[in-house]
Amino acid sequence: MSAPLLNGSGCLDALTAPDVAAQFDAFVTKTITPQSREGNPPVRIAETEAGMLNSIGLQGPGIEVFLADTLPRLAAQHLPIWVSVGGFSAADFGGICELLDGRRDIDVIELNLSCPNVDEAPESSAQIVAACRASTVKPLYAKLSPSLSDIAESARAVVAAGADGLTLVNTLRGMALDSATLRPKLARGFGGYSGPALKPVALACVSACARAVDVPIVGLGGVWSGQDALELIAAGASVVSLGTVLFSDPTAPNRIRMELEAESAARGYADPLDARGAANS
Amino acid sequence: MNGPVSGAYRELVRVTGAESIGPYTLLRVSAGGIEPGTPGQFFMLHPPGHVLPRPMSLCLVEAGDLCFLIDAIGPGTRALCDLEPGDHLHVFGPLGNGFDLTVPRPLIVGGGIGVAPFPYLIQALGEVPAILGFRSAHHAEAAALIPGADVVLDPVLVTSLLPEEPYDVLACGPEPMLEAVRQRVPEAQLAWEAPMACGYGACYGCVVEIDGRLQRLCVAGPVLRAA
Repeated sequence: MSAPLLNGSGCLDALTAPDVAAQFDAFVTKTITPQSREGNPPVRIAETEAGMLNSIGLQGPGIEVFLADTLPRLAAQHLPIWVSVGGFSAADFGGICELLDGRRDIDVIELNLSCPNVDEAPESSAQIVAACRASTVKPLYAKLSPSLSDIAESARAVVAAGADGLTLVNTLRGMALDSATLRPKLARGFGGYSGPALKPVALACVSACARAVDVPIVGLGGVWSGQDALELIAAGASVVSLGTVLFSDPTAPNRIRMELEAESAARGYADPLDARGAANS
Repeated sequence: MNGPVSGAYRELVRVTGAESIGPYTLLRVSAGGIEPGTPGQFFMLHPPGHVLPRPMSLCLVEAGDLCFLIDAIGPGTRALCDLEPGDHLHVFGPLGNGFDLTVPRPLIVGGGIGVAPFPYLIQALGEVPAILGFRSAHHAEAAALIPGADVVLDPVLVTSLLPEEPYDVLACGPEPMLEAVRQRVPEAQLAWEAPMACGYGACYGCVVEIDGRLQRLCVAGPVLRAA
């Protein structure tokens, strides 16, 4: 059993690129919201010196169309499915979880508690997790923001509220300016910052949470190589997700999986997961 | 795995040439196992040292080389234009939907860096009448890639040369030009562009309004019917 690889939510469409999705151990959907959303106006992306910004804004069909149309087509690909859930209140999150609860073709629910591109729910992350816990018996993963002032404390709170695992981390809010006009490159002004610059941030968050709670952690943030994946595992991740690298290289999952095996073996680990937490002792 | 998206391959290819044409650069790379695809499709070219690749339509196929006409408008495109013979870069494609070539009376309409896909389009269609607009005589040097084209310079608009008789317009150029062509020729095929991160439907960065809703240009286009 090697370290599972997932795609980051919103970083892959398994229906338009099934051969990219097939390189993963499970497919994580784009975040599903109660109603359909057109998302934010373009321009939505901008490259920066050490990463990129996105301002997509949770474009999607809404839960009803997702369940009736998208999910059956995803299920036909025979990959375990993690559904990323979003909303603007605890009731939104809980309502979607209730609808997902009885669907056998869904393996895990990931709660997107940290999208930097839309308005936040008024309740705390723990209150949202509690509402979802009351609505489903499916495994619940809470995806947290690296901007939290004390992410370990937040991790303890969502686990106490019923989260079965953590996904760390979402993007950081950032901004890029046009060098000539000094105006924001993105139509909405700011966006979520991802890519190589996020890796040290992710390592710190994963490490802090792995010391604070004893649940599985999906680590992501700037993973570009097997070495990066191994470092996240050493910080405490038991699953590694790939995000921005997929935009750069759709063959990255297979490459990173091979590199991860080689990097682990070179350090004497029979399995990459044997390195879990090595950074924290 | 080399073919992660239907028909498209990603490969590290060698630069075989880079020449200036007016303000633009014609970058030549060895094709390797990458298919040239249909005119109007695009390729993601990865500037070394950058996080994201850049979408470019194929300009020409010559002697086993793929040629891309590039306008250095920012750090990424400048890095592509600065490549030298012997350098390497990743190229991924062909992607998206190209022009429908089964048209009886093709007419090429375009301008600026939008002329990029036309030489390869002419390779596929044979001699085709063309109307091209540029902002200056310097930019219009790129018209040499489309022999026999009628060329106008700013402030004259390409739409002023559109013939009255019906043609199957294949257009690529700046958005105001494509909008003007769309008004005049509802059945025209228009090749649009948008900033893209991935080029294969993953990022939802390149959306444009199509049929009243925001859709991914890389999947639905980049060539769209005007109407």
